[in-house]
Amino acid sequence: MSTAVQARKAAAVRHSAPVRHSGLVRITHWLTFLSFAALLITGGEIVISHPRFYWGETGNVNMRPLFVIPIPSSRDTVPTGYHYVMPDQNGWSRYLHFQSAWVLVFTALVYGIAGLLNGHFRRNLIPERGDWNWRAYWARIAQYLRRAPPSRAESASYNVLQRSAYLLVIFVLFPLIIWTGLALSPAFDSAVPAAVNLLGGRQSARTLHFFLSIALVLFLAVHVAMVALSGFRSRMRAMITGRTSTMEERP
Amino acid sequence: MKSISRRALITRGITTGLAATAGVSGLAVAARMAKRYGLIPPDSCGPYGPGETLTYAAQRLLTAHSMAREFPRSMISKSPFANEVAPPTDAFRRLQAGGFANWRLTVDGLVAHPTAFSLADIHALGRSSQITEVACEEGWSYIAEWIGTPLSAVLREAGLLPQARYLVYFSIDHYWWDSLDMADAHHPQTLLTWGMNDGDLPVPFGGPLRMRVPRQLGYKNIKYLVHLTATDSIKRFGKGLGSASPEGGYAWYAGI
Repeated sequence: MSTAVQARKAAAVRHSAPVRHSGLVRITHWLTFLSFAALLITGGEIVISHPRFYWGETGNVNMRPLFVIPIPSSRDTVPTGYHYVMPDQNGWSRYLHFQSAWVLVFTALVYGIAGLLNGHFRRNLIPERGDWNWRAYWARIAQYLRRAPPSRAESASYNVLQRSAYLLVIFVLFPLIIWTGLALSPAFDSAVPAAVNLLGGRQSARTLHFFLSIALVLFLAVHVAMVALSGFRSRMRAMITGRTSTMEERP
Repeated sequence: MKSISRRALITRGITTGLAATAGVSGLAVAARMAKRYGLIPPDSCGPYGPGETLTYAAQRLLTAHSMAREFPRSMISKSPFANEVAPPTDAFRRLQAGGFANWRLTVDGLVAHPTAFSLADIHALGRSSQITEVACEEGWSYIAEWIGTPLSAVLREAGLLPQARYLVYFSIDHYWWDSLDMADAHHPQTLLTWGMNDGDLPVPFGGPLRMRVPRQLGYKNIKYLVHLTATDSIKRFGKGLGSASPEGGYAWYAGI
């Protein structure tokens, strides 16, 4: 076989390789990643100006905290026990935090509406009928613990654990972190008081916002670890170009 | 190889061109409308301008007539936090020694009758109280009863002119200054505060006179007010960003 024919065959195979992620999923995935990274960094910067958390409506340095993060603060009014005040980065952090939040919300709207209309949620994220039981979950967990390779069907789709994790992040954690964030806006609360009252008050909303960000960071850590375990390069290629080359698929 | 007919190519070109024109003119119309209805904040330039403009425009539409949450008396904080303030200036100490009898709030700019109000003059213009929460951008908060005179009463007395678009306000050291749009300047909960929890407003909390804007964060609530000026052009003040806050990196609009 001449090299020209081989090259053409390879190209044909590449083109016929199944699309793992649609263009919409890829674009919204990376926009979400960028805005989440910016929100996480700037959120951390904002937290160090008052690394104390409270429950209820009010809380300040004269009141008992629910818990304290044992780090120095960027304000000298916070009694941290350290004789060191970190540089204050709240100004640009707040500007970037809210700008990134807008990007995240618009991205979520596009992804959510498109996912409902084109069947992405139904097809790829809602667990398959046969998996609606604990046995299916335990079978998956056992498979992960044995580090058994996935079946062919599974490498082209998501298993029940992956689907449940993605559904939890997309329909529970992200909506809740947006809600608790909005509840910290005094202007928004004036229009929609229930937004903060239902959460038990301003300081409760702030504390929940923090816990939700920790939950999302935990998801990110597991997500990246699993991507690394299942082949970082091919998974990254799939999320960037949409395709996995057939050569790399398991037999 | 797939060939594209000339007609398809032309059709596609025209469609793309029309879509681009519609997009650009749509944006231009949106920008003009936003300007007309006052949806663009003074700090709308720079890398964070788009986010800030979206936030401000959304809040202006959403919170046109909304009222900040008020709380029952039982929720007033037993240990409010005053935050630190710069050491008082000599001018402040002299006025404090005289029991603030000579404290004046100068109101000028786009008003029919520029006036220097004493604290007694302001008291005589009306009394209003609210139990609202002060929330600092750092994350802490407290609830207090705030007693004062609605800013709108003082503006009415001075004869605010209709072309005024911003109300700029200054602290005694003139280092701290800020501004409100007319929606917040006329809002019934925006108070020139002189009392707190049934007593005089303590000096650490901004006494004798503090701006109280409960629909925005704490840093909008400037302490030791001595000067209000109404203007149609915010660009003339400081770096033209609306307040000292954007000059220090913080957003002008603090309702979030």
